[in-house]
Amino acid sequence: MKKELQILAVVVIFTAILYIGVEPFAHSQMHKHVDGDNFSYSDLKENTKQGNAENGKALVMGAGACTGCHGIEAIGHKAPMDAATAVGAYGVNPPDLSTAGALYDAKFLANLIENPAHALKVEHKFDPAKGKMHPMTGFYGAGGDKAQEIADMVAFLKSIAPSEITPKQAYLDACGRCHANRYGKIDQLGETPKFKKETDTLKHKVAVLEYQDKLKAYMGKLPPDLSIIIRARSEHFLETFVENPQSHLEGTSMPRVGLTHDGFEKVKAYLTETGDPSKKHREAIGPWVLLFTLVFTVLAYLWKKQEWRDH
Amino acid sequence: MAHFEKANSIQEWLDQRLAVTTVKKVMALEYWIPKNINFLWAMGMVLAVTFALLTISGIFLLMYYKPDTGLAFDSVNYTIMSEVGFGWLWRHIHGVAASLVFLVIYIHMFTGIYYGSYKKGREMIWLSGMLLFVVFSAEAFSGYMLPWGQMSYWAGMVITNLFEGFSPDIAGGIMNAPGLVEWIRGDYVPGDAFLTRFFMLHVLLLPLVIIGLIGLHFAALRIPHVNNQDGEEIDYDEAAKLYKEGKTKESKVIPFQPVFLSKDVFVLGVYLILFFYLVFYHFNFAMDPVNFDPADGLKTPAHIYPEWYFLWSYEILRPFPKDPGLIAFGFAQVAFFLLPFLDKSDTVAPANRRGLFKYWFWIMLVDMIVLTVMGKLPPTGIWNHIGLVAAVVFIALFVALPWVTKNENKA
Repeated sequence: MKKELQILAVVVIFTAILYIGVEPFAHSQMHKHVDGDNFSYSDLKENTKQGNAENGKALVMGAGACTGCHGIEAIGHKAPMDAATAVGAYGVNPPDLSTAGALYDAKFLANLIENPAHALKVEHKFDPAKGKMHPMTGFYGAGGDKAQEIADMVAFLKSIAPSEITPKQAYLDACGRCHANRYGKIDQLGETPKFKKETDTLKHKVAVLEYQDKLKAYMGKLPPDLSIIIRARSEHFLETFVENPQSHLEGTSMPRVGLTHDGFEKVKAYLTETGDPSKKHREAIGPWVLLFTLVFTVLAYLWKKQEWRDH
Repeated sequence: MAHFEKANSIQEWLDQRLAVTTVKKVMALEYWIPKNINFLWAMGMVLAVTFALLTISGIFLLMYYKPDTGLAFDSVNYTIMSEVGFGWLWRHIHGVAASLVFLVIYIHMFTGIYYGSYKKGREMIWLSGMLLFVVFSAEAFSGYMLPWGQMSYWAGMVITNLFEGFSPDIAGGIMNAPGLVEWIRGDYVPGDAFLTRFFMLHVLLLPLVIIGLIGLHFAALRIPHVNNQDGEEIDYDEAAKLYKEGKTKESKVIPFQPVFLSKDVFVLGVYLILFFYLVFYHFNFAMDPVNFDPADGLKTPAHIYPEWYFLWSYEILRPFPKDPGLIAFGFAQVAFFLLPFLDKSDTVAPANRRGLFKYWFWIMLVDMIVLTVMGKLPPTGIWNHIGLVAAVVFIALFVALPWVTKNENKA
C-alpha cells in the first residue's frame, strides 16, 4: 500500500509539472499581461458638476444637437435616418441613446460628449490636424458653463434610462451595431427577423451585407461575430479588452466601449448565453456525476479488498 | 456435420456451439496474471475504457457533425453545443478523453520502459503498442481538423507542409517531393477535400486499424505473459497448479477474473473521478480557445502549437534548421520502436536496479517533459536554446543506449 502511494506520488508530481508547464506557465508567456482598471476610466477627467436633467433635455434636443443623428426611442424620438442610410453617412450607425445613461459610465459619457475621439481612444485614427474628423462632433458649449451643460446632458440620459436592462438589450446597444452574433440570431441591423417569403429573407440578407461593406470600409475589416467569443478568449481578456481595446491590440480601430462594470457584466451574461449555453447544465449535473463515480470507486475498493483478502 | 445432442440449458446449447465455458476459462477465469504488481498494471484497462468512451461519444457526435468547410464549425459549436440534448456532454467527454488517453498512453509507455517490459520475448507487445501510439496520434490529428477552427486549419497547414520533404538542393532534389503536399491536401491549401478525407480517416479507417491493433496488442501478451514488479520469471504451470489447489497465498499468480479485475475496476474508478471532474469543471486544457475562432486562411494566429501530446516531437523538429530538423523529427518518430533492440542488457528489472540505465530512464523522462513545455513556449530567446539542448539530449540518449546497457551483462 505504501509503495503504491509512493508510485502514485511520482506519477502525480510529473503530471502536475507537465500540466503547469504547458498550460498556466506557457500561456502566461504567450500573452501580454494587462491589468484592468475596474471600469473606472481613470485616464479621463472628472466632471464634478451636479447635473440637471431638465436643462439636459433641452440641450440634448436643442443646442447640443444630439438628436440630429441619434434616436431616443425612450422619449419617442425616432432616429433621423435608418441604419442603412446612417452607416453610409457616418461609417457606423449612431446608437439610440435610450439606454446610454444606464450602460455607460457617467464620466466616460461626459468626456465623450466633449471629445469623442479622445474618450473612445481612437485618436490614432481620427486626427483633425490631418483632416480626419471623428464622425461625431464634439460639444463646443451652448454659451453657458460648458462643464455644467455636459453634466446636465449626462443627467438627462441617466434620467431616461431604464432601471433594468436585459443582457440581450445590453449586447444590442453596446456591441450589436458592429458585431453580429449569429448564434443569438443577431446581425448588425438588430435581431434577424423571420420572413415568410424567401425573397424577403434574401432582401434582408442583402441589406445586412451592404451594411457590412460600409462598416468594413469604416473599420478596416469586418468586426468579428461574437457568438462564441466567450470560449475563444479568457474572461480576463474580454474584460480588459472591452475596457480598453488599445491595451491588447494597439492601433485597433475598435473604440473603447465605456461600459460600467455592471454594463459589462450584462454583456458578458449575453455572450455566455450564446457562446456557452451548457454552463448551467454542467453546473447542475456535474456534482451528481462526481458523486456517482465516488460511490462507484468506494464499492470497487470494497470488492477489491474482498477479492485480495486471501492472496 | 458434427453430432449434436439436445441441450438441457441455454448454457449447454451455447457450449455445444461456441464453447463458451472453455473461452471464459481461457480468457478470464484461468488467465493468469502475476500477483506482484501495482496500480500501473491497470493502465491497459484504463486505456480500453477511455477508448470505449471515445467511441461512444464519437458515435453520438457523428450523428450531428457535418464534414463541410461551410458547415463544420457551426455544426460543432452551435448544433451540438446548444441544440442537441446533452450534445455538449458528448463533446466534452470526447475532447477530454482524447487528451487523457495520451496521458495514460505515456504513463503506460514509461511503465513499460521502467520495468523493462519490452524485451526478452516481450518485443511484440512493445512494437504493437508503439504502432497503437502512432495510429492514435494520426487519429487525434485527424480529429483535431474536424471542428474547422483556426487551430484546425493552421495545424493542418503546418503538419502537411512537413511532407514537402527536404530542400530541393539536397542530394540533387531526390529527397524533395514536389506535389506531395498538394496530393495529401487535395488542394493547394487545406479546404473541403482536406476536411472530408480527414473526416473519413477519423471516423472509419483509423478506428478500424486501432481496433485491429488492440487485438494484436492483447494477443502479443498471451505467450510471454505480463511482466511483474521485479521482472521475475514465473513458472506459470506450477503457479497455476498451486492456485487451483487453493494455496492462493503461496501462488505467484492470480486469475484475471475476478481478482485482477477487481483491482483494475478500483483504479478505473479513481481515474473516472478525475476524468469527470475535468469534463465538467476543467476542460479548456483539452479544447484550445483558439479553435473557437472559425478557420480563416487569411489570418495566421499569433501562436500555432499542436496539442500537448505532440509537443515533444514538435520540439525535436523546431529548434533545428529545416533539413536537419526533418531528420531529427523522423528519428524521434521511430526512436521508441528501436528500444528493444538498442537495449543490449539481458536483465529484466526495474530501472532503479539496473546500472547506468537508471540514470538513462530518469533523464529521458525529464527531457521529454522539458521538450513538451518548450514545444509550447514561443521559440524565442532562452526557450529556443533550452529546446535545442533538450532535443540534442533526446537523440544522444538513444544513440548512447547500447553502450549504457552493455555493461550490465558483465556483472
